[in-house]
Amino acid sequence: MTVTSSGPSSPATQTVDGVTMSVDGVDVTVPKGTLVIRAAEQLGVAVPRFCDHPLLEPVAACRMCLVEIEGQPKPQPACAVTVAEGMKVKTQVTSDVALKAQQGVMEFLLINHPLDCPICDKGGECPLQNQAMANGRGESRFDGVKRTFPKPINVSAQILLDRERCVSCARCTRFAEQIAGDAFISLQERGAKQQVNISSDQPFDSYFSGNTVQICPVGALTSAKYRFRARPFDLISTPTVCEHCASGCGLRTDVRRSAVLRRQAWDVPEVNEEWNCDKGRFAFGYQVEGRLEHPLVRDDEGNLVTASWPEAISIAADGLRAAGAGAAVLTGGRLTLEDSYAYAKFARAVLGTDDIDFRARPASAEETAFLAALVAGRPVGPTYSDLESAPVVVLAGLDAEDESPMVFLRLRKGARTRGVRVFSVAPFASSGVSKVQGCVLPAVPGDEAAVLDALADEASAHGDAAEAARLLCEPGAIVLVGERLAQSPGALSAAARLAAATGARLGWVPRRAGERGALDAGALTGLLPGGRPLGSDAARAQAAEVWGVDVAALPAEPGRDLESVVAALHDDAAAVAAADDPSAVERAVRALVVAGVEASDLADPAGFLAALEAAPFVVSLEQRHSDVTQRAHVVLPVAAVAERFGTFVDWEGRPREFSQVFPAAHSLSDARVLSMIATQLGSTAFAPDVATQREELAAFGSWDGERAEAPSVAGAEPVAVGHGEAVLATWRQLLDHGLLQEGDPFLGATARTAVARLSPSTADSLGVADGADVTVSTDVGSLTLPLVVTAMPDGVVWLPANSDGSTPRASLGAGHGDVVRISGGAA
Amino acid sequence: MALTPILTAHWDEPDSHTIEGYRRHGGYDMVPVTLGVHPDDVIAFVKESGLRGRGGAGFPTGMKWGFVPQNTGRPNYLVVNADESEPGACKDIPLMLANPHALVEGCIHAAYAIRANYAFIYVRGEVPHAIRRVAAAVREAEAAGFLGTDILGSGWDLTIVVHSGAGAYICGEETALLDSLEGRRGQPRLKPPFPAVAGLYGGPTVINNVETIANLPTIVRNGPEWFKQFGTEKSPGFKLFAVSGHVERPGIYEAPLGTTMRELLEYAGGVRAGHELKFWVPGGSSVPMLTPEHLDVPLTYEDMAGAGTMLGTGSPMVFDETTSVVRAISRWMHFYKHESCGKCTPCREGTFWLEQMLERFEHGTAEEADIETVDEICEQIAGRSFCALGDAAATPYAPALKYFREEFLAGTHTAASELFDPVASTVFAGAAAR
Amino acid sequence: MALTEQTRADAVDLAGRYPQSRSALLPMLHLVQSAEGQVTPDGIALCADVVGLTTAEVAAVATFYTMYKRHKVGRYHVGVCTNTMCAVLGGDAIWAALSERLGVGQDEVTADGSISLERIECQAACTHAPVMTANWEFLDDMDVPRALEVVDKLKAGEEVFSTRGPRIGTFEEIERLLAGFDDGLAQEGGKDDHMLAGLSYAKQNGMTAPEPPAESPLKPSTTEG
Repeated sequence: MTVTSSGPSSPATQTVDGVTMSVDGVDVTVPKGTLVIRAAEQLGVAVPRFCDHPLLEPVAACRMCLVEIEGQPKPQPACAVTVAEGMKVKTQVTSDVALKAQQGVMEFLLINHPLDCPICDKGGECPLQNQAMANGRGESRFDGVKRTFPKPINVSAQILLDRERCVSCARCTRFAEQIAGDAFISLQERGAKQQVNISSDQPFDSYFSGNTVQICPVGALTSAKYRFRARPFDLISTPTVCEHCASGCGLRTDVRRSAVLRRQAWDVPEVNEEWNCDKGRFAFGYQVEGRLEHPLVRDDEGNLVTASWPEAISIAADGLRAAGAGAAVLTGGRLTLEDSYAYAKFARAVLGTDDIDFRARPASAEETAFLAALVAGRPVGPTYSDLESAPVVVLAGLDAEDESPMVFLRLRKGARTRGVRVFSVAPFASSGVSKVQGCVLPAVPGDEAAVLDALADEASAHGDAAEAARLLCEPGAIVLVGERLAQSPGALSAAARLAAATGARLGWVPRRAGERGALDAGALTGLLPGGRPLGSDAARAQAAEVWGVDVAALPAEPGRDLESVVAALHDDAAAVAAADDPSAVERAVRALVVAGVEASDLADPAGFLAALEAAPFVVSLEQRHSDVTQRAHVVLPVAAVAERFGTFVDWEGRPREFSQVFPAAHSLSDARVLSMIATQLGSTAFAPDVATQREELAAFGSWDGERAEAPSVAGAEPVAVGHGEAVLATWRQLLDHGLLQEGDPFLGATARTAVARLSPSTADSLGVADGADVTVSTDVGSLTLPLVVTAMPDGVVWLPANSDGSTPRASLGAGHGDVVRISGGAA
Repeated sequence: MALTPILTAHWDEPDSHTIEGYRRHGGYDMVPVTLGVHPDDVIAFVKESGLRGRGGAGFPTGMKWGFVPQNTGRPNYLVVNADESEPGACKDIPLMLANPHALVEGCIHAAYAIRANYAFIYVRGEVPHAIRRVAAAVREAEAAGFLGTDILGSGWDLTIVVHSGAGAYICGEETALLDSLEGRRGQPRLKPPFPAVAGLYGGPTVINNVETIANLPTIVRNGPEWFKQFGTEKSPGFKLFAVSGHVERPGIYEAPLGTTMRELLEYAGGVRAGHELKFWVPGGSSVPMLTPEHLDVPLTYEDMAGAGTMLGTGSPMVFDETTSVVRAISRWMHFYKHESCGKCTPCREGTFWLEQMLERFEHGTAEEADIETVDEICEQIAGRSFCALGDAAATPYAPALKYFREEFLAGTHTAASELFDPVASTVFAGAAAR
Repeated sequence: MALTEQTRADAVDLAGRYPQSRSALLPMLHLVQSAEGQVTPDGIALCADVVGLTTAEVAAVATFYTMYKRHKVGRYHVGVCTNTMCAVLGGDAIWAALSERLGVGQDEVTADGSISLERIECQAACTHAPVMTANWEFLDDMDVPRALEVVDKLKAGEEVFSTRGPRIGTFEEIERLLAGFDDGLAQEGGKDDHMLAGLSYAKQNGMTAPEPPAESPLKPSTTEG
């Protein structure tokens, strides 16, 4: 394979030498450096193996893959020998030497194996079982005393280990060390006593621990979630895509009798390779617990009561019709591309409003402009593979391990194998930064803009920033920004400037699975599908054509984001109370369509709930009972991810389509429900099915017309904090109180313990020692957490945003960048 | 042939282990000479001498050094394998006790030749006194200016670190030793890359045995021609033979390669009085045993190979007719099982199985079919394990069966301790009888 | 004994002796063992902290090597080699006698905490078989009465000298030496007849090595560069 580009010295020019060799007498040409076992796979020859894994470094420990190589006196491990020109390999298919060697190894592996397949979770999908049948002898000659262990060990709340089943292939320990960087399990003891174990003081609480269960070639590692729940041959497997974040992981969802029993990582080389995180793997109990099963409407006393679909749809349509263009649409991160598209279209083409916002979280007008200018509808990229080969990746307001675990894994891979340099604009080096050998460019919350601006000018930067600035000018450099930057005035503007100044590519990594799709679908005020500006006549004409409506019926002026809609509802209430503001009628919000919004995710949860109560009419499309459904006038249940078709667009901009895992009775997608309301409202052009929605999106195509300028919001002046005060830094841990993790206690038990972080001198100023209690408070309330003294800027306190014992938004009414009080001891 | 005390020549002097005792006989005199020539000249000199590694495998030392690439951007390292743990081998520990400066000076010549500024002497942890002696020798050499920075004004630096192991036979395997020296479990590494290319910390690394390194001061001083007058063309030089077991005077005998076991037995006073030789093992438990018919085979790498065994560490173990060969093999099998690192299946599981099988023979509870089963288990290990430990474990049984099949057959009905009174084979058997 | 600030300082010292600090892990485990008489979870945590590893990674190493003890051993940890050579020459009998006298088996400690017993593998002293060790110092050429005398004396707190080394120190003292902290005893003992057997025979029988050349043939070559 030869790829050519601009010039001979360009890094994009690479020639991969082919090596021709033979396996079992059949010639094959493979790239230089290919392992014999992979070359054999090219020909469809499966050499049995245990320790071999294509994404782990070879160890040649299990010796199962011994093959005969001409000229070699001894059988060689196919997993560790690289091909050579003219090499002649004979596998068990054609070589008695190889067959005998493999049979011998298999006999050895089984002498200490309990052969408890009938009660083992792996039975039926077990490489040991399968290869014993395919490559072993029928009978074992071993009649001695087997090695036994007390069973099983909880290496974490989630992962269990039956040591007697282990074949010491070390896939799990190598995964933990090489891939995840969480070497909390290791091979311990020696020889026949060798076993996987943890240290007594540290369970295997890795965000990625579940992968070890999946790659374990025997039944040694199992999960509390799935252990003893099913036999593999009773399961129906469907490829799906994870709904928990914007990483876009391919999954395999296993179902028995319309119940999801297990999710595993699917092999998607360009996205998640063969890995996923524990949230994606284990958090699916929420799809069962607390689900809405029937439409609900208000009875005469105002109580929510069960209603039929036609009745509920009719009431919803009536309420929305009465509101006219005074309706607003607020959606959340769980939505698929198609659903978001349906809301975008419903708002404009049916309700006639541009009051729409998919960001059920703190956001800003600056972010709206940033997304419209630089992200919405842009082609795929930067990509995962770009991360792996970049000279530098600067993370700004993004903790990849917590917020997009596959981005973290890919950065770690790049750092380990290709020397990718990672810099993080953050208050401190989190574990996710340390594990990518990353370097922190310290930023006090609110100060991110200044730190980013400093990187744009290599000459004036110094220290680590100078190194980052230099690397950013190299081809392939990448800047990734996270959702937290929306809370730091000027930061997104600075990121845009930095990319423009250095030529680095810019990637936006939202936390939620649906955000990029919602943006691309136009579920944001001012934007039509594909990044089209609402203000563009051409864009509106195109939309009217695709949607089959009169262009005049579409709103032409940008509407309001969530914050403004909420503010308007408060204003309306005030205006009604005062009865002296004629313009209130003009801008009144008379109805809300709310989907996937959790009040606790917002900057002002109480204000939002009060706004819902003030709203004349609220339609809620939801999977589960929530604060919103309790305040809605009509509640319409919608399908969970396993019950429907859809697409999530990952942070790269890559559409990740997925299938329905099983059809559930009365379970309809948001788009389908919207189509019913639309029909009731007299709209004739609202497609109920995913295929038509995708066709419509395709009809929009890409947009190369005008776009808004990137924002240029000035950074805020640094906040001055006095003694006993600090700027709050906070973001969500991967495993926390997130609502989609409800119903999975084993997973929850592996979450990180909440701590507060202060710099050494700030801790000193409070007289608090490492490990002692520190209290963070505001006029709203206080939180007391154990202190971890951390290298970070003075006058900053970090807390996890939504963890056990640390819910600053709810408890303090404070978010990233707000000033809080800090003191030693309990409140 | 005759004994040739060279390394051992002054061991009877009370201060042979001190720098004074060592320098009295010209020790360290060659350091300035070596530092005055090109490192490649030292390599050429050692190549020319034909010195072969004394750790067991017998790889030509100069050739090993020649594999080390220069200017890779990573530092080169010298590592001395002082992890003497092979059952039967006991020549490096005495050397480190009696003559540690030969080792230290050897490190200087070797490190200079391969352009290393760091040398590590990895001593097994269970020999505290050898560790004291080597560490003291290093301190003395530092004080005398033979180690440290800008040695003798040459501009060349060398630091020697004496490092204690912690109990693992496998660390005698050179790549396992490197992992151990890096603070890891002592499990062998995949090769390639070989240590000469990517060894300690990924840098080009030479790993030599204690005795090999201790030979260097003499070779550098006396030259290849002098060295080659000992031994044979393929096995030049002299060797510390550690003769143990049922002989009158077990101990260290320094003699040219090519000396026969019959001669060594003569020096050692013969098999203990009133007894006769049953079997002997020339190079540690990992090499096949020999019998009285092999007493005149020269102890060289090539002649031992010709007899179906290996010179190994050159530490003949001698057993007389009171010894149960089944018990001997069974105990070695226990050892290999105990010391298997666990990395690869054949060794980890195979030794686990073999130990149980050999115990059956020792207890007289084996079945006749077990004789073949054990043979097949050994075949399933040999050549299929990750490193030589597995091969070693699979080695002793077949020759024992070949020479003493009747004892294994007896193991199907009679315990070894009934066939061979364990008391009779002890060194204090006579005392008990008297 | 316990882990102290000094232990930590010593551990940091060890880490500084190597180009990469992880190399100090084995010596460091000897160090924490010298401080606590065994490798405890606290000792593992200290090493992990100094070297920058997880405790599981350190535990992986600590459990691999037989010299690291995860239970309290005696003040004198007595080893009896029962590998083939020593076993045949009397090691098994010595083991049996000691085990009976002390009332403890493999890896067990006497009730008074003075002696623990371990069957050990080859000590590289086959020429001195049967071999014992006390805190790893050689006790060569043993027989049953002498072996019993050794443990009786150790149990009674009397001094016992290694046959090829110094007076036998406590387990903690030897572990500190193995960690890399010299104890000043290098000049003690160190030789015996077995080591000198060949030299003695040669001298008695007039055997010598050939004379070396007058001067070394090693000269700077013309390939100087």
